[in-house]
Formats: sequence, C-alpha cells, structure tokens
Amino acid sequence: MAHTDTTDHGHAPQVDSLTGVSTTGHEWDGIQELNNPLPRWWLWVFYATIVWAIGFWIAFPAWPLISSFTPGILGWSSREQVAEQLNDLREQRSAMMTRLEDSTTAQIESDPELLSFARALGRPAFGDNCAPCHGAGGGGAKGYPNLNDDAWLWGGTLADIEQTIRFGIRSGHDEARVGDMPAFGRDGMIPRADIVAVADYVRSLSGLPVENKANLTTGAKIFADNCASCHQAGGTGSRELGAPNLTTGIWLFGPERETIIDGVWNGHGSVMPAWQGRLDDTTIKALTVFVHTLGGGE
Amino acid sequence: MATTRVIDTTTPSSDEPLLFEAQKKIYPQKVHGTFRRIKWIVLVVTLGIYYLLPFVRWDRGPDAPNQAVLIDFVTKRFYFFGVEIWPQEFYYITGLLILAALILFLMNAVAGRVWCGYLCPQTVWTDLFLAVERLTEGDRRDRIKRDNGPLTLDTILRRTAKHTLWLIIAWWTGGAWVLYFADAPTLVWQLATFTAPAMAYVWIGILTFTTYTLAGHMREQVCLYMCPWPRIQAALTDEEALNVTYRYDRGEPRGSVKRNAALRAKGEAAGDCIDCYQCVNVCPTGVDIRHGSQLGCIQCGLCIDACDAVMEKIGRPTRLIAYDTDRNVRARTEGKPTHVRLIRWRTLAYVAIIAVVGGAMLYTLLTRSTAGINVLHDRNPVFVRLSDGSVRNAYTLRVINKNRDARTFELTVMRPDGTPLPGAQLSAIGDEDAADGRVALTIGPDQTREVRAFVTIHDEPRGTAPDNADIVFRIRDESGTSGASARDHFFGR
Repeated sequence: MAHTDTTDHGHAPQVDSLTGVSTTGHEWDGIQELNNPLPRWWLWVFYATIVWAIGFWIAFPAWPLISSFTPGILGWSSREQVAEQLNDLREQRSAMMTRLEDSTTAQIESDPELLSFARALGRPAFGDNCAPCHGAGGGGAKGYPNLNDDAWLWGGTLADIEQTIRFGIRSGHDEARVGDMPAFGRDGMIPRADIVAVADYVRSLSGLPVENKANLTTGAKIFADNCASCHQAGGTGSRELGAPNLTTGIWLFGPERETIIDGVWNGHGSVMPAWQGRLDDTTIKALTVFVHTLGGGE
Repeated sequence: MATTRVIDTTTPSSDEPLLFEAQKKIYPQKVHGTFRRIKWIVLVVTLGIYYLLPFVRWDRGPDAPNQAVLIDFVTKRFYFFGVEIWPQEFYYITGLLILAALILFLMNAVAGRVWCGYLCPQTVWTDLFLAVERLTEGDRRDRIKRDNGPLTLDTILRRTAKHTLWLIIAWWTGGAWVLYFADAPTLVWQLATFTAPAMAYVWIGILTFTTYTLAGHMREQVCLYMCPWPRIQAALTDEEALNVTYRYDRGEPRGSVKRNAALRAKGEAAGDCIDCYQCVNVCPTGVDIRHGSQLGCIQCGLCIDACDAVMEKIGRPTRLIAYDTDRNVRARTEGKPTHVRLIRWRTLAYVAIIAVVGGAMLYTLLTRSTAGINVLHDRNPVFVRLSDGSVRNAYTLRVINKNRDARTFELTVMRPDGTPLPGAQLSAIGDEDAADGRVALTIGPDQTREVRAFVTIHDEPRGTAPDNADIVFRIRDESGTSGASARDHFFGR
C-alpha cells in the first residue's frame, strides 16, 4: 500500500486505465470511484420528481408558517380524511351495529358472530375507560376488583354487570349501588382491642393463620353484633348490600392483619363512576358482554 | 499498489465529465439458430401460460370458485389447482420465494445469467416487442436507415402500426394480470361491457404503461441500470459456470477471410474471427462479447447463433462463441486439458438445499389438516384464584374449519404426552352443549371462530394440583379423523 493518505479528496480526477472512465478523484484504501454518467432517462425522472414536489406543495398542505401552514389549493386535510374514514367504518359496521342494538345481552352471547363483534367492540372500550383502575385485562388492583374471578360484590350476571356499569357504585347517581362499610374505629363504635379481635376472627374465616393469643371468641361475638348484619353470620357476605364474602380467600384490599384492622377502623367506600351518558347504550352493552365473558360471568 | 491508476493527459475534458449519457439506440438484427429457436419456444410457452392460465377451470364444488389459479382478495383465499392457501398459511408463499431464489442461484452456478437470457419477463416481452418492430419497420438496416433518413408517410404509418401493436400487447398483458384476481370469464365480459370495477381498469392501465415503456422503450436500460440481479450475480458466480464466451484462443488474431487464409497457408498464426460484427449486431443489449463476460451480457446465446452462421459460410468450425468457461479458454491457450464440471460441490449444495426446502414444503402441504387451532394465553391477569381455592387460566382460541361444510369439534385439554391434567376442568364461552361435560364448538363452513376457553384446576386436597404445567388443546371433528392441536401453558402461581 503506497498510499498512506486514504481519502485524498483534493486529487484531480483521473482516468481509470482499465475502463477508460474518469474517476471522481476520491479514493478509499486504494479503491477509486468511477465517474460514470447517469443515463439521461434517470436524470429526467429526477427532474420530474422535483416538478412533482413543487406541484405537491401547491396542491397539498406543505410549508410551515409562524402560526399555521400553507393549506394547498385542493383544501385537503388529514382531519377531514379521518372523519371520512370513521364515517366509512360506521357504515361498514352499521348492519352488525343494528343487530347489536336490537339484541339483548343474553341473545348476543348465544350468537357466535354477534358475540365476536360485541367482544371486539368491548375490548377497546374497556381499554379506554375501565383499564386505568381494573387493569388492561380486568385483573384488578388493590381496591379495584378483579373482573376475571368468581367473586362479585354486587353480582356477576349480565343484568348485574350492566347495572353496575350504567349507574356505578356510590357514584352519586340516583340508581347507583350504595352500601357503606362504616368506620367502626374512627367513629368510636368498636373499641380498639375488639377491632383487633374481630380482624383475627375475619382472617380465621378463610382459613388464614391467626396468632395463638388471638381472642377468637371475642372476635366472633363482635362480628355477630356489628358485622353480620351486612356480611351475614359466618361472613358469607351479601350482594344486595355489596358486602363481600369474607370466607373465599379473595381480598379486595388484601388479607394482611393490618389491612383488615385498617378497614374496620376507617371503613371503605370506593367509588365506581356511572357510565350512562358518558358511553352510548351500544358500547355499554358491548362492555357488559366483554366483562361477562372475561371468565367470571354468572 | 496504485499502479492501475494512470493520469490521462490526452482527454482534456476528463475533469468535466458529462452530466448524463443518452441511451444509445440498439438495433438488434434478426438471427436464426439453435438458441434463437429455444428462445422462441420459451417465449410461446411462458407467455401462453401467462395469458391463458386464468381461463383454466378446476372444479372445487358448488361453494368455491372454479378457477384453477385465483388470488381472491375478497374472501382472502389463494387457489392453485388442488391447493387452497389461507392468509395464515402465507409461509408457503415465503417458501416459494426461497425456492425461486435458490433455483436462480442454481441456474447461475450452471450457466451464469441464463435466467436473464431466456426466462426473465423483461427479456421475453422485449423479444416479443422486437419481433413486432421487425415486422413493421424491417430488420436492423432498414430501421437504421429509417431513423436517419427523412420522415416519410411510409415511416409514419409503420411507426403508428408498431406502437399500436405494442399497446395492444401491453394492454393484453395488463388485462391478463387482473384476471388472476377475479373470475376470468366474468371479468372479461365486464371489461368488454365497461362494467368492471374501477380498480381493474386502473391496474390494466398501470401494467399497459409499464409493459409498453419497459419492453418498448427501456429494454436493455432495465438490465444495465435498474435490475439488481447482474450485480448480485457477479458476486455469486464462479469460474466453472458456463458463460457465453468468445474463444479468443481460436479467434485471435483477427483478420479478413482472405488475409487469414493466406497466413494459414504460410503456416503462420491466424484466428477464425473475421471481425464481421455479426455478434454485436444481433445482441439485444448491444455488447461486444469479444470483450469478455460483462454486465450487459444476458447470456441469451444469440451471438453464438450469429457467429455459427458466419463460420459455416466461411468453412470454419462453428462455436467460436459458445457456452464455455474462461478457464477452459486459458487452458487451451496453454495446451492444458479442458473440462466442463456441472456436478460440483456448489451445484450439489444448491440442489440439496432446494430438495430440503421443497421437500419440507411438500411434506407440510400434504400432511396439513383441514382443521386448525391457535391459542393465545391471557396476559393480564395470567391466572385467577377462585373463591373455592381453585386456579383458572383464560385463553383465546381461534378454531379453523377449512372444510366446505359446518363441523362440530370436540375440544379437550391434556398434558403434551396425552395424559390428563389432574383436577383440570375445561369450559368455553359458546360451548353448544355444556351440560354433558364435553366442550363442543361448531364452526361454520370455510370459517374461523374465536373462542374464549378456561382451564380450571381444583387444588383439592390442597397442594396436589400442579403449579405450572405444559398443556395441549386438541380439537377433533365428529368423524374423529380430522383435528389439530396447539401447545400452551397453565400457570398456577
């Protein structure tokens, strides 16, 4: 390699002895670039693309200005195109949408085609509206129920689910489901020591281990006096009142002793918003079917 | 090492290269001979298949199209005689493309760019367009004369006839193209009565334009500037590949017939090439094969036919230009033995890979089921614990029925080795008769159906159920002969 200077851009163009074509004068590690002329048609196509680009600037939105942009003489806008495409989509779906509107949720589930359509419609609606609290697949979180299991606070039939979605829970709507877990400790209804006893008793209901010194007899009495009116004797819960079944091992807030003591002391009253008015009837129907077919539907 | 670079002082404009190079018009001359005949046969066969295949019928029963080759975008099916491909079986198309590439490589290992010379659509249509040009404007000399002479009425009429014929062929090329995407006789009738879908006319228009431009006007420019294959081919080829080769060991030194005959009489060296330029005149890409293998050469062998005709006339042996290797030519000049080695590790390797890929494709095609199942495990939540302590996993299944009648499949779940999963219970939404404990799913004819399925494992007594297990979903139709299975996983923790 005689050349140590590998990119001698300054060299004058030379003619390659093998091909007789002049070089560009560029060289990389001894490899030189031939300066073959472009075919004429290629050049024409290149010029044509420039002319096309200028035509495009005139016809379509192109150049940014300080607070707007050149709109183009055709008046095309991407927003209008989206609106058009959404209209097309609506039209394309209209036959199935009409069938969905005319069917009850039970009819939807018995028709495979309609069920697929409703689930496909329900999935994105769930993602947009429900997933922030209930999780992308309805898996729930602390304080937000898992919608895939068979533990329902207010019932898991199609009608129950639709009622919950439509009017919410403690949402302030007239038809909302309402039921409160009072703050027994904070409001002075049960003394602190008894709350600890009742928490131990509640844990024992689902077979969770309790400490040896736990006073389950006291706990059972306190439970019967204060809790059984909603949670029923034995802690099996009541769906009319939204009182959870305490025997299943499925916990909305968690099974830890502290969490249960905290719940009895401060009470619970989480809110699910009412979706009627925010979502149209068809979407609510699709959401009902989607949630019902997640796995826990009754 | 920089000795190949020579500073040229004789070309004053060398520092101002041209901005562009005008297309040098090529006037390929008519030629007769073996390779021309092969090219005509290939042209008739390939174009015959292309133009007529859409009209071939194939009975698939009353509910399916009866066109042998049909790409049906509306119902998302590809039909090829007895084979029906669904979109999810697109890997067959991928396999075909891999096979096509490998066959191209094999062709290259045997005889260089033989694909370019005989089978490439650009070559075939250019050949057809050249035949039309010869028919209307005459052979090479006539066309050169006409181009350089004054514009006469005769020339105008002949050129009009040429372009009209070209456009008709080009239109028919586009017309045949769209017939592969719809029922051909129906579409022909619609096209004739101007009731065909707008998209059909648009595509005919596009292909008319490309055929007319590429085969009529661009021709060798496509091979020289547009096509990637000459570049790739140059990197793939080896010295054993048979290329159209000028045998300079026989041809040089060139001279006129008389001068070389005189030299030969005196016992001096004289070549067979008489510099008649017939090989250049017949070349469709305008190269001089005597300069050796080059980018413009498409290996069509027309120069061989032209040279053979001349050699016969002057009473010298034919095949001064032939399918040969440069290595053999060099061997002859050095008096060494020559060889043609078509069976060598490279060709054998290509044949082996083609056999493996083709065999694998054929095997999967012949053993594929008319039923299918795909499984998608729920991601969120991965599992749920139920109030009785059991654990449930949810799956989205897609069950496929490729038959032309509705079928009911029984869905079962088991371990991969076929043994039952202890404590497992299977259920599905849309199960037709859930009461009998079996999961039966009815899928309409030629359809797929999405099904939500659940596997629940009762951990009773506690601790006996598997935490995690590989599982298999299996479907069987009522006859028990057709079915499919898919593997997935059960998560218990």
